[in-house]
Amino acid sequence: MFFRFPVVVRALNCLSARVIAIATLCATVLLPTPQVFAADWTLDQLMSALARNGKGRASFVETKTMAMLDRPVVSSGELSFTAPDQLEKRTIKPSAEIMAVKGGTVSLQRGAQKHVLQLADYPELAGFIASIRGTLAGDRRALEQAFTLTLEGPAERWMLTLKPVQEKLGRNVHLIRIAGARENIASIEIIQTDGDRSVMAITRLPGQ
Amino acid sequence: MSASARNPARTSAHVAARIPARIRLLALGLWAAGLLVCVLIVSRTTFTTDLSAFLPQSPTREQQVLLDQLTDGVVSRLILVGIEGGDASTRAAISKDMAAQLRNDATFASIGNGEPVNAERDQRTLFDNRYLLSPAVTSQRFSTEGLHGALAETLDLLSSSAGMMVKPMLPRDPTAEIVKLVESLNASGRPRLAEGAWASRDGARALLLAQTRAHGTDTDAHADAMARLRAAFEAARSRLGPDAATSARSSKLLMTGPGVFAVQSRQLIEEEVTRLSIVSIAIIVCVLLLVYRSFTALALGLLPVLSGALAGIAAVSMGFGLIHGITLGFGTTLIGEAVDYSIYLFVQSRQAGMDNGRERSDWVRDFWPTIRLGILTSIAGFASLLFSSFPGLAQLGLYSIAGLLVAAAVTRFVLPLLLPENFRIRDVSRPGLFLLARLDGLRLLRWPLLIVVAGAVLVVWQQRDSLWNTELSSLSPVSAADIAIDGALRADMGAPDVRYMIVVDGESREAALQAAEKVTAQLDLRVARGELGGYESPTRFLPSEATQRARQASLPGADLAQRLAQASEGLPFRAGLFAPFIADIAAAKSRSLLKRSDLDDTSLALAVDSMLFQRGTRWNVVLPLKAASMHADAPTSVTGAAAVIEPANMRAALAAAGQPGAVFVDLKAESDQLYSGYLRQASLLALGGLAAICVLLLATLRSPVRVLRVLVPLAAAAITVVALLCLAGQRLTILHLIGLLLIVAVGSNYALFFSGGKSAAMTAQTLTSLVLANLTTVAGFGVLGFSEVPVLQAIGTTVGPGAILALLYSAVLATPANGGVGTSRAAPTVQNDDRRN
Repeated sequence: MFFRFPVVVRALNCLSARVIAIATLCATVLLPTPQVFAADWTLDQLMSALARNGKGRASFVETKTMAMLDRPVVSSGELSFTAPDQLEKRTIKPSAEIMAVKGGTVSLQRGAQKHVLQLADYPELAGFIASIRGTLAGDRRALEQAFTLTLEGPAERWMLTLKPVQEKLGRNVHLIRIAGARENIASIEIIQTDGDRSVMAITRLPGQ
Repeated sequence: MSASARNPARTSAHVAARIPARIRLLALGLWAAGLLVCVLIVSRTTFTTDLSAFLPQSPTREQQVLLDQLTDGVVSRLILVGIEGGDASTRAAISKDMAAQLRNDATFASIGNGEPVNAERDQRTLFDNRYLLSPAVTSQRFSTEGLHGALAETLDLLSSSAGMMVKPMLPRDPTAEIVKLVESLNASGRPRLAEGAWASRDGARALLLAQTRAHGTDTDAHADAMARLRAAFEAARSRLGPDAATSARSSKLLMTGPGVFAVQSRQLIEEEVTRLSIVSIAIIVCVLLLVYRSFTALALGLLPVLSGALAGIAAVSMGFGLIHGITLGFGTTLIGEAVDYSIYLFVQSRQAGMDNGRERSDWVRDFWPTIRLGILTSIAGFASLLFSSFPGLAQLGLYSIAGLLVAAAVTRFVLPLLLPENFRIRDVSRPGLFLLARLDGLRLLRWPLLIVVAGAVLVVWQQRDSLWNTELSSLSPVSAADIAIDGALRADMGAPDVRYMIVVDGESREAALQAAEKVTAQLDLRVARGELGGYESPTRFLPSEATQRARQASLPGADLAQRLAQASEGLPFRAGLFAPFIADIAAAKSRSLLKRSDLDDTSLALAVDSMLFQRGTRWNVVLPLKAASMHADAPTSVTGAAAVIEPANMRAALAAAGQPGAVFVDLKAESDQLYSGYLRQASLLALGGLAAICVLLLATLRSPVRVLRVLVPLAAAAITVVALLCLAGQRLTILHLIGLLLIVAVGSNYALFFSGGKSAAMTAQTLTSLVLANLTTVAGFGVLGFSEVPVLQAIGTTVGPGAILALLYSAVLATPANGGVGTSRAAPTVQNDDRRN
């Protein structure tokens, strides 16, 4: 009956960069059993390795460097992925926070506050998540709809660079650099358009 | 009109043809003048079809809230629009095109479809006024310790996933006031976006919200607004490119909202009233033509009806200032009853003798007293409705009384003067004779019939608890399909049908806002305790000036830079980072207070206006409440359906807030209570009407036995109809009650004729006239039974069968046991006092 004031939480858009990072991470890092690859490490090989998705867990340490701060801020916690579409980032330090992507919904919980966003409300984010899910399914083309992909280095020390092709995405994110060895991801670096950057070092957790 | 006809009345014993030409002219002149006046009044009458007929004229405060919401509130000006069919991008394109067209249309105050037209302004307004708006602004917050805590928290936030959220605002807003503000504004009910326009949760519909400038009660304006929406939709559809053309063709437009309902109801009622009037008039005309085989007789026979209907409308118009479409629809039924009078005159006077002049004066002597008593009985019944506080019923009462009086008076005093010299209808006694022969046989049915009636009583008794439908919505002409669309679009829009609200008022806007703030402080406690799901308040967007001043006063002064430096010791914020924050605080401290006009051209204005408005000299604040949800994890789902709010708890909150003038309103309970109040009252009034009828009959007939003979068949008919309705699974509404009253009103004529007097006898002509009158009544009312408007249908399904039963039961039960049936010349029933009319 009453008109609900459509608060435009535009600021939350910035979340998308973060979600992108996690999604990318989950798509690439949390993969099962090692495999032997040919010496010539191609994008297709990387993709097919990454496409073997399933459940996975990893710990992370994220270091953010910002122009506003004299020194970097560090946070740490755990990441997990469950096929086909559940991604979760659980920050433990310096304060507890859970961010989860499930289906078309992103939820962010800090203390008693919980925000729930619809991916559909943020087209730039939705497009990206769709690309990630395409990647998990081994669909390189879906990934390339959102990014220009560049793969460098040998299989034991590769570096995948994702450059946003969509203007909306490009407004916040300048580059995403994912480094790894074979099917393992070692780090994700996000460079924002304003020069701030975050580097997330990743260690796979055993089991599962 | 009956007064105007007193003059000729005195001459009623004389032959009509011998009435002096002067008096003749006078009677006709008065009649014609009366008609003219009625036509003039009717031509200036306002016809309504909105809820006004169902709203009380002297409401309580709670009812006034209901009334305001239904008729005047901003909510009543909203039209929810859904675009269905085609693919998502087509729907979004249509939505955007429609919005672009309609935003330039003065009919609409605002158009919302999720496009960020106001977003920049909204955000700037919120951000610029954050220190006046945020409930977190206290002096403690800007002390050195408070600032240190806020900065540490912000740093935490920066390092978290939500960090990007606060980063751009950090230099101006290091205490994250805008985040707090946005959190308190509760964005959960917002519709989702698909392709840049609002869409339903399932993505199957694009959504658009239009607010008209005209009030919800202005049905014409809403009809116009709907036409504009439809035109914009068509235009948008035709402009789509060829590749979207197929998708566009399958798209369709849905609209809902209080104003839309009013338009749809009016259209439905207008169509129904027109259609049903035509059908019932056609049937009656056919029946009469078949019997009379004379167009003159037909035309003359309809004169009292038309005069009565006209007078009825005029009377309601004079008495109420307007007439409701339902009352008008009811008018078609009057045709069924008023046409009886001329039938009685024509058919019964035919038997009165061969001498043309004498026969009608004999009719006046022999039959008029009985008919007059029937009319008085009807009027006694309807008069009770006049006392109803339900305007719809009072209108019906006045309409019926005026209509019947005038129709009867015209039949009695004008019609005889208009009849041509040698006017007489053909002999119609044959069917009467046929029936007369079977009347004795019918009376043998007395005992079986009583058993049937006993069965009916049993059925009604068994269903006594579920007999009545006590929900106001049972009278609504809005179809179930339209209600389903309304529910779906509301859920999509995240605007659940608000049921609970608190209304606070004050002498000025400021007083009302301050009172509302005291109440919301109490509500906050209950939200924190989980007793209340949440609430909305205009004070979130427009705090009282007192609160704004208090917030301003709590902002730090020139020492902020120093405090900030101390507060950020040990934190990694770069030196000089917060210079914009210091400037903003200084500006906020000397800033002029936020006024309603500052919100113009933002989405905030609509939110404030829907909850804060002026009533006369006073200001009202409406605080819609949300019941505590069972599913705390689903803030976006509409789970309010089953959840309820404890009124006692809310009243305690109002008492604690020191606001005894504030009221807690449960709109659904209020409207149902309003209606069951009407129902109770109408039942009492109907009983009163029944008592009046008894007294009237006793006074006139002076024989309790005869009164019983008249009343028993009518009561039996009424109870049988109720039992039939029960068996058909119908629950009775207030209009069924009116229908029962009508059965008594119409049936009283039958019963009176059958019950006769000692000297009375049922003749073939009389019987024919009764059957003919019954046929026209059944045609007039029965047709209503096929109406889609529940109110009309209720009357139709009650009176249609009821009239037949009343005639049948009267024939079986009302006739004196020793057989009044015979071949005597007339059926004089009430012979005393015929000169006193």
